[in-house]
Amino acid sequence: MAIFLDENSVVIVQGMTGSEGTKHTRRMLASGTKVVGGVTPGKGGQIVDIDGHQLPVFNTVAQAMSATGANTSVVFVPPKFAKAAVIDAIDSAMPLVVVITEGIPVHDSASFYAYSVSKGTTRIIGPNCPGLISPGKSNVGIIPADITGAGPIGLVSKSGTLTYQMMYELRDIGFSTAIGIGGDPVIGTTHIDALRAFQDDPDTKAIVMIGEIGGDAEERAAAFIAEYVTKPVVGYVAGFTAPEGKTMGHAGAIVSGSSGTAQGKKDALEAAGVKVGQTPSETAQLLREILGR
Amino acid sequence: MDLFEYQARDLFEKHGVPVLAAAIATTADEAEAAAKKIGGKVVVKAQVKTGGRGKAGGVKLAEDAADAREKAGAILGMDIKGHIVRTVMIAAAAPIEAEYYLAILLDRSNRTFLVMASVSGGMDIEEVAHSAPEKLAKIPVSAVDGISAAKAKEIVSAANFPLDVADQVAEVLLKLWDVFQSEDATLVEVNPLVKTKDGKVIALDGKITLDDNAEFRQGDHAALVDHDATNELEAAAKAKDLNYVKLDGQVGIIGNGAGLVMSTLDVVAYAGKKHGGVLPANFLDIGGGASAQVMADGLSIILGDSDVKSVFVNVFGGITSCDAVATGIVQALELLGPKATKPIVVRLDGNNVIEGRAILAKAGHPLIEQVDTMDGAANRAAELAAL
Repeated sequence: MAIFLDENSVVIVQGMTGSEGTKHTRRMLASGTKVVGGVTPGKGGQIVDIDGHQLPVFNTVAQAMSATGANTSVVFVPPKFAKAAVIDAIDSAMPLVVVITEGIPVHDSASFYAYSVSKGTTRIIGPNCPGLISPGKSNVGIIPADITGAGPIGLVSKSGTLTYQMMYELRDIGFSTAIGIGGDPVIGTTHIDALRAFQDDPDTKAIVMIGEIGGDAEERAAAFIAEYVTKPVVGYVAGFTAPEGKTMGHAGAIVSGSSGTAQGKKDALEAAGVKVGQTPSETAQLLREILGR
Repeated sequence: MDLFEYQARDLFEKHGVPVLAAAIATTADEAEAAAKKIGGKVVVKAQVKTGGRGKAGGVKLAEDAADAREKAGAILGMDIKGHIVRTVMIAAAAPIEAEYYLAILLDRSNRTFLVMASVSGGMDIEEVAHSAPEKLAKIPVSAVDGISAAKAKEIVSAANFPLDVADQVAEVLLKLWDVFQSEDATLVEVNPLVKTKDGKVIALDGKITLDDNAEFRQGDHAALVDHDATNELEAAAKAKDLNYVKLDGQVGIIGNGAGLVMSTLDVVAYAGKKHGGVLPANFLDIGGGASAQVMADGLSIILGDSDVKSVFVNVFGGITSCDAVATGIVQALELLGPKATKPIVVRLDGNNVIEGRAILAKAGHPLIEQVDTMDGAANRAAELAAL
């Protein structure tokens, strides 16, 4: 098993005909993901050849779902059109929508998140995230497929490259699912959602949780771990040296006053029994000790 | 982007939020002229993007234009918590009967919008929020539904606004929602919202934060950027579309991906403890596709920082392959020529790492030193910066 994404995931790409969409559709296909088509409003009816795969393009997510049986959508649509694309997916009751797009105005993401909650049929991952991979089963988004294979570790992270780094550090052990939830102020799937799913996934034996400055998601996750998670969790928090009031790339990675600091998050996690590493490699080492490898 | 008070005031006015007559001045002469035009008593207010300016002496009442000139002369050039006052706002003075508080903001924790309202507004609102939280009403606002006339009434009633101002406050709230939504703000705050002696409700001071991600549909916002406050290196980086933040340390940092770069800063600061306390000099994320040109742009910004003593290039090849990054570094050094003078520690891992390391080894550039691990490379970069 894995969480959110597995061998039964049938994937369409919203924005497949754009340059990023095409590039990553090619990569997803190469890593074995079942990509069955794309959605670009106004380009419905076209067939796109990607490395020998004849992929149909649809005008709407609903059309794509009924023609292909897709149950997962990945969004590479530019910020300007991203809200409409996600709303289209929610209206079609697409079960999983992974929004890779970076730079979506927060009024748009707050709006489509609220809309998804009101409908109750769509899980959103992202925006501004690398997606997720269940090695050997499926890979949706931009995470490199060849870092490591399947194994007992579940990983949840706000950051893309830190996800890759941690997968690389632990490549000899492998992962059930690695999920990048994104660093924006409003995201669809949180650390807590992923922790709950990993706790309930029999193939996940230990969990790595990577956080960064800004917001209180890590503090909330710590409270959730104390209450619900019995599997071992190790943590890492980035942003100890980030100055107050400056945005560090992720829109969410901004410290205002004393709340949302890396130290505050580390303290909260440790109070919940999570071992927190000082560097990514130390964090990987903590996990090795727990698994005895 | 945080706005100055006068910029917030102008946006309020544009959307029909009641404000007082005001003008800005950068010299005492201009202040006098502005005060004369407004007439009567005026308030001279330092324009700085920080709180506590009233307590710091940055807000003064002036009896007339001549007095406004004098007060502006004293306030201009003041240092308020590290912010130099370059502009003052001259605003009409109003006889105040009551001070309220009203704000609409993004509530990250609950992934929704939030209105905060209180009849105990003014300078001590943070203290009120802390010591008497029941006096600060917090009402969630759906990003889909927004604030309707009915919702505005509900909020005003929940915050216990007196009946004689309730309708006016509800009207202000509707207009603030318009500011919040149509300007793509993440914070719109009025403190104080006042009731004047003649019973009018007016936004006396305001704070607005705008969402930089909405630039593509908010063309007017470019004019609100404060170029004086932008660091020279940060401005140069922005011109090259680089995500760069200047810090106070000695180790220049280049990496790919915001999270990894933040982590790199931490690992360098951690290693720096063993080397005289050296710290990272900057945050620089070159993103996923690190071409030679991007690497050259990044390196030239960092090498142009006189505080930098060594550079740490930390790249995990995800989609980008390490051979492309290595080629980029070599070409960047060729482009920079004799301008490149500081040691560069490179750590490459991930996609095509063997090829990447081989390219750097073959180039044999005297400034480049390769270290295989992130922790080891951070330690070496810190050591070189401390020499």
